[in-house]
Formats: sequence, C-alpha cells, structure tokens
Amino acid sequence: MELLERFAAGDQEAFESLFRDYQGDVYRWIARIVRNRATAEDLTIETFWRAYRAHARFDVRRGKFSGWLRRIATNAALDHLRPAKRDVPLADELSDGCQKISGVEQTELRRAIFAALGQLSAKLRVVAVLALMEEEPYDSVADALGISVNVVKVRVFRAVRILRKELQKAGVRP
Amino acid sequence: MSEQDVSKMKELLKKAGVEPVGLAEPPRDLWPMMLARLAPDATRVPWWDWVLVAGAGLVLWFFPAVVPALLYHL
Repeated sequence: MELLERFAAGDQEAFESLFRDYQGDVYRWIARIVRNRATAEDLTIETFWRAYRAHARFDVRRGKFSGWLRRIATNAALDHLRPAKRDVPLADELSDGCQKISGVEQTELRRAIFAALGQLSAKLRVVAVLALMEEEPYDSVADALGISVNVVKVRVFRAVRILRKELQKAGVRP
Repeated sequence: MSEQDVSKMKELLKKAGVEPVGLAEPPRDLWPMMLARLAPDATRVPWWDWVLVAGAGLVLWFFPAVVPALLYHL
C-alpha cells in the first residue's frame, strides 16, 4: 500500500514519514505568515495534529497532499490571528531586514507598519503579509486559502487602503 | 485603488526593511513535539466513560445490596 493510502487509513508510521518529509515546508509557510519562530513551531504541530485527525477525509485520488496540508496550515495561522488574539503583534522576528543596522527613521516606519497591520482583520492580514511582504503570487495565496484569485485581489486592495489610512494617521505618507 | 498603489505599498515595506522571510528552516526536528501532542490523545479517557463510572458508583451507593450479587457474578 502506498504511503498516502496508509496515512488515509490511519497508519501512524505513514504519518511519521509524511511529517518528516513535510515539516520543513509547513514551518516555512507558517513562518512567512506569523514571522515568529516559536509561533511557527507551535502552529506546525497544530497543522499536523489537524491533518492527523482528518486523515480519513484526505482523498488520495483527488488531492495533492502538500496542497491539502498548506490549506490546513493557512487555516491554523488564520485561527491564531483571529480577533481574540489580534493584540499579539507580528514581531517580524524572521525578517532579514531586522538583522541590518537600521536608522531611527526606518525603525519608526517599521513600527508604524506593524501597528497598521495589527488593525487588519485576520483574513486581510494573512493576504497582506503573503502578497505584499512575501510577494507570493496571487494564485498561490488563493490556493492556500481556498478562494479565487479575484477575491485575493479584492482583499489585497482593501488591506492596502486600510494600511494607507492607518499609516497616514501615524504621520507616514505612503 | 489600483495595482500601482499595491506596488507603492510594497516599496514602502522594502524601505522600512520589512523583507520576505524566505526559506526559514525549522530550528530542530519537530517530531518529538508532535509525539508529545499525540500521546495524551491515546491515553485520554472519553467523557462518557467517566459518566458511566459515576453512574455505577451512584447505583452502588444507593443500592448496597447489589454489591454481593455483583461480586458473586464477577
């Protein structure tokens, strides 16, 4: 029996093999959304936990495992960013830009940007982070969220409008 | 709102030093964490089992005469 079929049948050894094969991909994807190592680790475990519990719903013939897992990961990240937890800021611990010595003006600008991002709903925030910061293609964002490319575009435009408004309030002219 | 505004926002993010995370690797193998998450589920007693135990306890408490009959059948 093939690995995915064994996983769908509830075989824990098959699950372990898949976990080892895909943990890097899932961690990277989540890290891009939440931009924090510890949270990305926790959400990676949460993603595989959800996948393990939903093994029977995985259709070996229809679905691609990596795509299915990415949708679960995106939903786990979305749940993390939902309103009750929105005051948890995006720390941007993982951005390469933070490693560089930056001027006061740049630090202030970054702070204003992350404060503005905190004003977005979870749905808009995920799209904004993936499309604007990570420059992920719209079709890839759409696939991960299970929505159409047009909906992604609408969400990006709405996010940009809100970000501009919030940045203007903070004295930044986008 | 247009693609031009989106591009401007992307430029602003770059100016602020907010860059893509890119290929961040997990700092360690996460399987031990996953195993810890899986383990309690295997040993957890479902809530209806506790209800059954509580019900049996109540029966024995209110009808102690049942105890010898129960022991006989065990």
